[in-house]
Amino acid sequence: MARGGFFILASFPSLLNKMINASLKQLADQLAAKKISSVELTKLYLDQIATHNPVYNAYLSVNAKVSLAQAAAADERIASGNGLPLTGIPIAQKDIFCAKGWRTTCGSKMLADFIAPYDAHVIEQFNRAGAVNLGKTNMDEFAMGSSNETSYFGPVRNPWNQKAVPGGSSGGAASAVAARLCAAATGTDTGGSIRQPASLCGITGIKPTYGTVSRYGMIAFASSLDQAGPMAKSAEDCALMLNVMTGFDERDSTSLQREKEDYTRDLTKPLAGLRIGLPKEFFAEGLSSDVGARIQEAIAEYRKLGASIVGISLPNTKLAVPVYYVLAPAEASSNLSRYDGVRYGHRADEYTDLADMYEKSRSQGFGEEVKRRIMIGTYVLSHGYYDAYYLQAQKIRRLIAQDFTDAFKQCDVIMGPTSPSTAFNLGEKGDDPVQMYLSDIYTIAVNLAGLPGMSIPCGFGDACANNTAMPVGLQIIGNYFDEARMLNVAHQYQLATDWHTRRPQGF
Amino acid sequence: MSLSTADVQKVARLARLAMNNEEIEAARVQLSGIFELIAQMQAVDTTGIAPMSHAQDLSQRLREDCVTETNQRELFQSIAPQVEDGLYLVPQVIE
Repeated sequence: MARGGFFILASFPSLLNKMINASLKQLADQLAAKKISSVELTKLYLDQIATHNPVYNAYLSVNAKVSLAQAAAADERIASGNGLPLTGIPIAQKDIFCAKGWRTTCGSKMLADFIAPYDAHVIEQFNRAGAVNLGKTNMDEFAMGSSNETSYFGPVRNPWNQKAVPGGSSGGAASAVAARLCAAATGTDTGGSIRQPASLCGITGIKPTYGTVSRYGMIAFASSLDQAGPMAKSAEDCALMLNVMTGFDERDSTSLQREKEDYTRDLTKPLAGLRIGLPKEFFAEGLSSDVGARIQEAIAEYRKLGASIVGISLPNTKLAVPVYYVLAPAEASSNLSRYDGVRYGHRADEYTDLADMYEKSRSQGFGEEVKRRIMIGTYVLSHGYYDAYYLQAQKIRRLIAQDFTDAFKQCDVIMGPTSPSTAFNLGEKGDDPVQMYLSDIYTIAVNLAGLPGMSIPCGFGDACANNTAMPVGLQIIGNYFDEARMLNVAHQYQLATDWHTRRPQGF
Repeated sequence: MSLSTADVQKVARLARLAMNNEEIEAARVQLSGIFELIAQMQAVDTTGIAPMSHAQDLSQRLREDCVTETNQRELFQSIAPQVEDGLYLVPQVIE
């Protein structure tokens, strides 16, 4: 089998190289037809990573031996006729997912030497599907950030322009997909961490309904908001990824017991009659004019596809950022209290007593942004402040969720920008956390409500200071469990336009 | 809202974070800015609104009270900073 594959590679080197831009479906077809092997495909991506990762820093760990062994096993499985849609396909895993035997850092010094002793549910699902784990992608430390600059292992660069950030926290995943350093990737989204980097890197990403993908083995940030999802080159690819990632898991107490669905089932449905809600708050002050223009053009395209537009209001949109910056840090301060230097993770070299060991280990192991959020969380949960901050935030969270429930009485999906501007430059927002937090204004409310949200490429902004026109993302928000419809809505747009096929120069 | 140095010191202690005076002051300025943003919440009338702790208001699942995990002490302790005879070592707490 391997020899046959090699012969074909030698005869038609261009076929394998073309695979770098192929859809997951095309890859699966080529693998099934034995035109390419998973080992060849995995080597192709490992070569790409070796060439480009020193610049883009998208991967934190690569383990060629393990990946190629998985690929060889996948080739055997395909040969025996037991292949599944993702068997043999190289997938990049965000370094927030524990993968047995893999270094799993969550972008933190605290876990710089942590070798995961077990697999996250998401990793188990990909293993069962026969996918190849291509490596672990860089991210903001403990997923706290919108630019990937908080990673202990250095920032990721945006393939469209090396001076620009890829977004965050799943910036390594977004950069890897855009630079074709993997076939598809996983991400996680607590306040926009799949959608915002997808938007800034010109790729497609979806955060499903809260509770759809198990959080088991996914390092916790804010447990009532964290949700994993796919990041890929198209909506169709995301649907195939979601088919693997979702499913009930009793080890996550918030995992929902629902029938397994096929997220590709509605992709080909026409959009005639679709009602798109446009929240006026998403087009107000703070939105860059170039991003606003691209979103309007995308909406015009949807009209051509038969959709109708409904003006809606999400009146509590502005409160989403303050509410989020109470709830997420509160949950984070609790979740991150486990890092005490005793059972795993960083321990300081020198200390005088137990309390000193805790304090020094945590201070050395956590970066600035993580410490900042732990302190916010500790403060809002402390005696005397709980009602004014935490409880008040939980009440407003319900108002925000109610806004969406009301809106979905008038429309099928909601659309707007994913991010108020295209990718900013490294270091540009570094000193002011509030400015960075406000860049997540359109994505955060979706997590608070627990709704599914996605971002698809819809054009390019005005050329920035770097003389590059950077990608713009259209956000699609669906009602609970409406992922199949959202993917349909995205796929039909991607059949009618070619923004999702555009690639950065050199890739 | 402006936080005092004492507020920040207290929070750092509660969070088990060691910070020098310079770090405390930097954190004070940044946290004050963040709490100014958060203060927008206080103007909202939430009388009669039930707090929402989770996206789906479901009750927690229960399971049988039986052992489901296997013993993997050696594996788990292989990544610990300091262990001896199957025990995690920390500085002496009780004299």
